[in-house]
Amino acid sequence: MTIQEILMRTEGEIRCGEHRKDETVGRAFCSDLMSDVLTLGCQDVLLVTGLANVQAIRTAEMADISYILFVRNKNITDEMVQLARENNMVLIQCKSSMFKVAGELFTAGLQPIY
Amino acid sequence: MNFSYDIAGGDFVNAGQASSALKKILKSLNLDSSLIRRTVVSLYEAEVNVVAHAWSGNIQVNIQPDQICIVVSDKGPGINDINLAMQKGYSTASPEVREMGFGAGMGLPNIKDNSDVMELRSTPGEGTELKIVNKILS
Ligand SMILES: Nc1ncnc2c1ncn2[C@@H]1O[C@H](COP(=O)(O)OP(=O)(O)OP(=O)(O)O)[C@@H](O)[C@H]1O
Ligand SMILES: [Mg+2]
Repeated sequence: MTIQEILMRTEGEIRCGEHRKDETVGRAFCSDLMSDVLTLGCQDVLLVTGLANVQAIRTAEMADISYILFVRNKNITDEMVQLARENNMVLIQCKSSMFKVAGELFTAGLQPIY
Repeated sequence: MNFSYDIAGGDFVNAGQASSALKKILKSLNLDSSLIRRTVVSLYEAEVNVVAHAWSGNIQVNIQPDQICIVVSDKGPGINDINLAMQKGYSTASPEVREMGFGAGMGLPNIKDNSDVMELRSTPGEGTELKIVNKILS
């Protein structure tokens, strides 16, 4: 699924990484637990999280995850955007809940990791 | 090659800077991407543990042609029961640490899974020392 399609399906807004809108991502993982994210061991994944802080970006950096979708209209700070930009990541923000986003994207064909 | 970084307990904003710096160095050495990920994930978990559970710490990284060796030592409360701390799900993290997205009790088991050698030693009341070695296969 392209980032563009994820934006459309979640009515999301892209906050960083505009130039990567045409890239595709095959799988997604939902978590607010950073140590959980750090066990994944795979790339090409969209992280869906309600945890909007600098550590979420750092965690994605260490786990080689370049796409993050923040749910429930969480505030994405300038500091987060800056760190994401340094690491060439895509940050998306949307209003829906994690459950709704997961349902929409799963139905549209985005695969789970497990 | 040797590198050293200091870590301040409680400093969540800067937690991960050493891991991020090491990631850049390992990338510049053109090492295998999964080795890089395993190594920086291990260091990041260790770094966050110092920030979350100890008062101050230091990281020593030594890169040899055949291995990456990392020693993270801290001054802090130490760990009373290492076997217990190594169990998945065991955590004494404070509510503040949990709010940051940590405290699942998965960090130490995660380090074990992502390193070739892991040695954890601690003196309760003084501090903790964690050694991680990852082999570089040519
Ligand atoms: N450097 C340290 N100093 C003192 N105690 C520590 C240290 N590292 C780990 N511990 C103890 O071991 C427990 C388990 O650590 P572990 O990293 O597995 O989980 P966590 O840090 O609590 O949560 P997570 O890593 O999933 O965010 C901690 O909750 C803490 O009690
Ligand atoms: Mg931990």
